Amino acid sequence: MSKDPGFVVERWTRLSAASSIGAAVLLVVLAFGPLLFAANVVDSLTNLFIYLILAVMWNALAGYAGLVSVGQQAFFGLGAYFAIQFSYHGVSVYPALLLGALLAGLVSLPISLLMLRLRAGEFAIGMWVVAELVHLLVALDPLINGETGVSMIALNAFSPDGRRAYNYWMALGAMVGLLAVVFALLRGRLGVSVQAIRDDEDAAESVGVRVLAGKRTIFFLAAFGCALAGSLWLATSITFQPRTYFGIQWTAYMIFMVLVGGLGTFEGPIIGAVIFFLIEYFFGETGVWYLVGLGASAVVFALFLPRGLWGAVEHRFGIRLLPVGYSLRMLRSNFYPGVAAAAAHDQQNGGPPPLERGTTGGNENTPKY
Amino acid sequence: MTWVNQLLNGVLLGGYYALLACGLSFMFGVMRIINLAHGDFAVLAACLIFLIADLTDISPFIALIAVLPIMAAIGWGLQRWMLERSLRAGALVPLLTTFGLAIVIENGLFEYFGADTRSLAPYIGDFAFDSWAITSNIYVGSLAVLIFAVAVVLLGGLKLFLTHTSLGREIRATAEDPDTAELVGINARAVYAIAAAIAVASAGLAGMFFAMRAVFTPYSGPEQLIFAFEAVVIGGIGSLSGTLIGGIVLGVAQTLGAQINPQGFFIAGHLVFLAVLAGRLTIAALQARGGVQRLFARRP
Repeated sequence: MSKDPGFVVERWTRLSAASSIGAAVLLVVLAFGPLLFAANVVDSLTNLFIYLILAVMWNALAGYAGLVSVGQQAFFGLGAYFAIQFSYHGVSVYPALLLGALLAGLVSLPISLLMLRLRAGEFAIGMWVVAELVHLLVALDPLINGETGVSMIALNAFSPDGRRAYNYWMALGAMVGLLAVVFALLRGRLGVSVQAIRDDEDAAESVGVRVLAGKRTIFFLAAFGCALAGSLWLATSITFQPRTYFGIQWTAYMIFMVLVGGLGTFEGPIIGAVIFFLIEYFFGETGVWYLVGLGASAVVFALFLPRGLWGAVEHRFGIRLLPVGYSLRMLRSNFYPGVAAAAAHDQQNGGPPPLERGTTGGNENTPKY
Repeated sequence: MTWVNQLLNGVLLGGYYALLACGLSFMFGVMRIINLAHGDFAVLAACLIFLIADLTDISPFIALIAVLPIMAAIGWGLQRWMLERSLRAGALVPLLTTFGLAIVIENGLFEYFGADTRSLAPYIGDFAFDSWAITSNIYVGSLAVLIFAVAVVLLGGLKLFLTHTSLGREIRATAEDPDTAELVGINARAVYAIAAAIAVASAGLAGMFFAMRAVFTPYSGPEQLIFAFEAVVIGGIGSLSGTLIGGIVLGVAQTLGAQINPQGFFIAGHLVFLAVLAGRLTIAALQARGGVQRLFARRP
């Protein structure tokens, strides 16, 4: 390897540094939300955070691990259900929300034994069956009163204003925490290996990627995240009705947010969640037509703009707001990209498996969708 | 004797599931697509037939003659304008687009038909509840027997069509390898479109029977899709005769489950589906390790 490779490997660009600082400032402002904003704004932002969690989790599953699930509502509902159970057994409210989500996350592990062996469409609809089964079993619990549902009575211990603020802070904390986890995973070894799995499972396995372990980590994370979103939703709406929490509409929302924002990008689902939030705010009243619009835009985006809005911007301008990938900045003009990429890896960490190269190739991070 | 009667009804219910699953299985076999809007196409056809029967007093069976070509045309268009493009984009995109389409169909139907539950049963007179007594206390519904017979004829006919006609052979060749099929002069695009037309039309046929034997709403589609998918998986993906067996297993499990608990109908079906799946995956895993006998072999 020559001493002057002619390029530098960048994880941070000037833009990504600037936007990371911007995001940090925004978070600090948001942290004081309940003290700064009116009550209805705080409620709306709490909902936005929950949507954002759902979008980021579904994107981690589909966009990074190639697992299209139409059954994540299983965990959304289970998180809320377990939170009610914990609360009913004397755990105080906010710890119960977290414990409920954790337990739902644990339930995903035995489910993963069966489901992760299925491929593509079988996995998608198999998860749907799991969601239906979980829904039916939860409704059998006498505590839930069948489809009538039950309220999280312990929430009455808080004043409406106090509850609003705590919900907000917990949702914000959950969102930031999960974003940080996804960010860390994607920057690390798991990020490259799951993307390799998504792009070609057999090829990934043949070069030594531990396919099942990688998928299971993401599956667990997504289950936990969706469950946390569910228990937070319970904290904001107080009542638990199985039909609402286990409804397929949650999957429709997730698919919409991720497809519109940008499947397989870090920033995409965040943007998708904001767009969904705005659409719901302005068109939610129109009821059914709003849902028709969501379905139709999911179709249109999947067909004509598979990278979503953010993916298109990223591809067009080669920008990346948060430093999740690698990029090469050329110092000499006549350099073969392949050689550069290989050298980049050797220079960076003494030559990891060659597989990791293709899948993280800077901004040419083309999802195979 | 109740049990025998229930068992028999479960088998006949399985005929309905096989009919419903036929199109799903066929489409997966030919195009490797699981159409998540399959159940909604069945409900769409049911709504169209209901509309005709309600407005004109025409028998639903006659209305079906008008609706089947419409469904076939929808299937053709679906393939040409949506699935073809989706397939080119990768294996997962058809799932996303057909899911989006399902949302559009359900809510579009809701916009027109509202949330009322409907049924075609009032439009077919006594036939909806007629039954034949086999012995003094074993009865089978005549509609259920008709549905079972139609399922057998459709699945058998489709199988004969695939093996004994030139179009059937073209479909099989394209399913095997579309690129090579085109090399020997088959128009793969047209074959795919025909296959989609057959699949969606058969969903429409199942939809009519669904609406005759039960009540439906615009949001009934997803549940039917799940039942169809379970029948397909239990019977073995890609096998048309397996689909009939899968439907029967599902129907019997549900009918027996309903004897235990009102919700047992659904729970038993889902559990049987998961058990079959787990069993099949375990066997596959064991075979990959060298067969079942190696488990019992003495270690060196």
